[in-house]
Amino acid sequence: MTQKYLIPLTAVFLLFLVAYAGAGAGLGWFFGIVFPYLAVIAFLVGFVIKVMGWARSAVPFRIPTTCGQQKSLPWIKQNRIDNPDTASGVFIRMLLEIFLFRSLFRNTKAAFNRNASNRITYSWEIFLWVAALAFHYAFLVVLLRHFRFFTSPVPSCVQFLEALDGIVQLGLPGLFLSGVVLPAAVLFLLARRLFDQKVRYISQGSDYFPLFLILGIAVTGIFMRYFTKVDIVAIKEMTMGLVTLSPTIPDGVASLFYGHLFLVSILFAYFPASKLMHLGGVFLSPTRNMANNTRAKRHVNPWNYDVPIHTYEQYEDHFRDKMIEAGLPVEKKE
Amino acid sequence: MTKNMIMGGLAVFVLAVLSPFWFNMVTTTQAAPEPELLGPAKQAKKCVLDTYDMRTSHMSLLDEWRDAVVRDADRIYVAANGHAFNMSLSTGENSCLGCHEDKAKFCDACHTYTSVDPYCWDCHTNPKEIE
Repeated sequence: MTQKYLIPLTAVFLLFLVAYAGAGAGLGWFFGIVFPYLAVIAFLVGFVIKVMGWARSAVPFRIPTTCGQQKSLPWIKQNRIDNPDTASGVFIRMLLEIFLFRSLFRNTKAAFNRNASNRITYSWEIFLWVAALAFHYAFLVVLLRHFRFFTSPVPSCVQFLEALDGIVQLGLPGLFLSGVVLPAAVLFLLARRLFDQKVRYISQGSDYFPLFLILGIAVTGIFMRYFTKVDIVAIKEMTMGLVTLSPTIPDGVASLFYGHLFLVSILFAYFPASKLMHLGGVFLSPTRNMANNTRAKRHVNPWNYDVPIHTYEQYEDHFRDKMIEAGLPVEKKE
Repeated sequence: MTKNMIMGGLAVFVLAVLSPFWFNMVTTTQAAPEPELLGPAKQAKKCVLDTYDMRTSHMSLLDEWRDAVVRDADRIYVAANGHAFNMSLSTGENSCLGCHEDKAKFCDACHTYTSVDPYCWDCHTNPKEIE
């Protein structure tokens, strides 16, 4: 089997080395100023184009997945969230989907029985959901914590989040829980792709690349904070320069930081072209965001071509004499 | 999902992504602190670490000092430049704050700027505050 993870892994290493060596060779202005700006522009433009494209595409049918009892007779209890027929039900369903990944919670795995019958069985597999939830929330906390590099003075909500994330008060600088959870969850998601043969078979380079990239970002960040150390005041001067549109390159910014920043920029630039667009796509899943009310309400395909139609009433008006003559039943006897 | 909802959501998202830019436009942005040596520190010309290591790794050094003093009663630190220092944050003239007298400038300016809230002062006190 081709090793589909090798190219993404090598790519992430090379990208890091390019920035690390480039910054050392005096190209700090490119990796620290030009590329981050380009990456943010690419991210926003790409994201908007992608979502506008989705907004334009046809959704001619109501195709909600139904995971519970549909609204039916009054004495049959409806599952209002898993088979919603109202906008409020859909809203709750979307809320649970976006914040708790409810459909992933239902994840099952198929396997053959180990005994003689060798039948295929499906069992509940919760760990993908657990790791996905841990990963996304740890990443969110890490992202929000980074606002301390883009605001001055730092808002108290960011400081509160930092205090909460560093609540274990281990070591100096204090350990952030998200710094443990994020790499652990990424490693689990990666191990799942590498060691579960069924998942490995369907995994492509574009599945591995974001994982390695995010792992690279996390590892470089962790190294800067806990191990090799960097001059954080100089780095904040630089990031503040970027967001106040007066970019500077202060002395004493470590090459490791340029490696970190470049990987983050690559993530931003790559985002709209990748599977990571599920950030926007989750809101637009037609199987989740539509009410299952096709029995109560008539939905006409808005893309139906505007042609003159011939209804049954018109048909009968047209052929009534002939139908009566042939003995066919008619609705109106003249 | 109607078009208006999608466009509204997209607008909120774009604003959120650009928040570091507009936030600094609508609020007054504090400039980076300029470190300067004052009082005894200006005359001393020697420190426990050189400037860059001081800026990057002082917290690790203080962590090691704390363990050395509290667990091993080892109170003398010989720096890479050969000078011996008393391993103390705030006690005596040969301590960090004995030489760098102004805590607000020496500690707080950069910590506040980078939103670092060290728990040193849960136990230690600023010698200036005692008097």
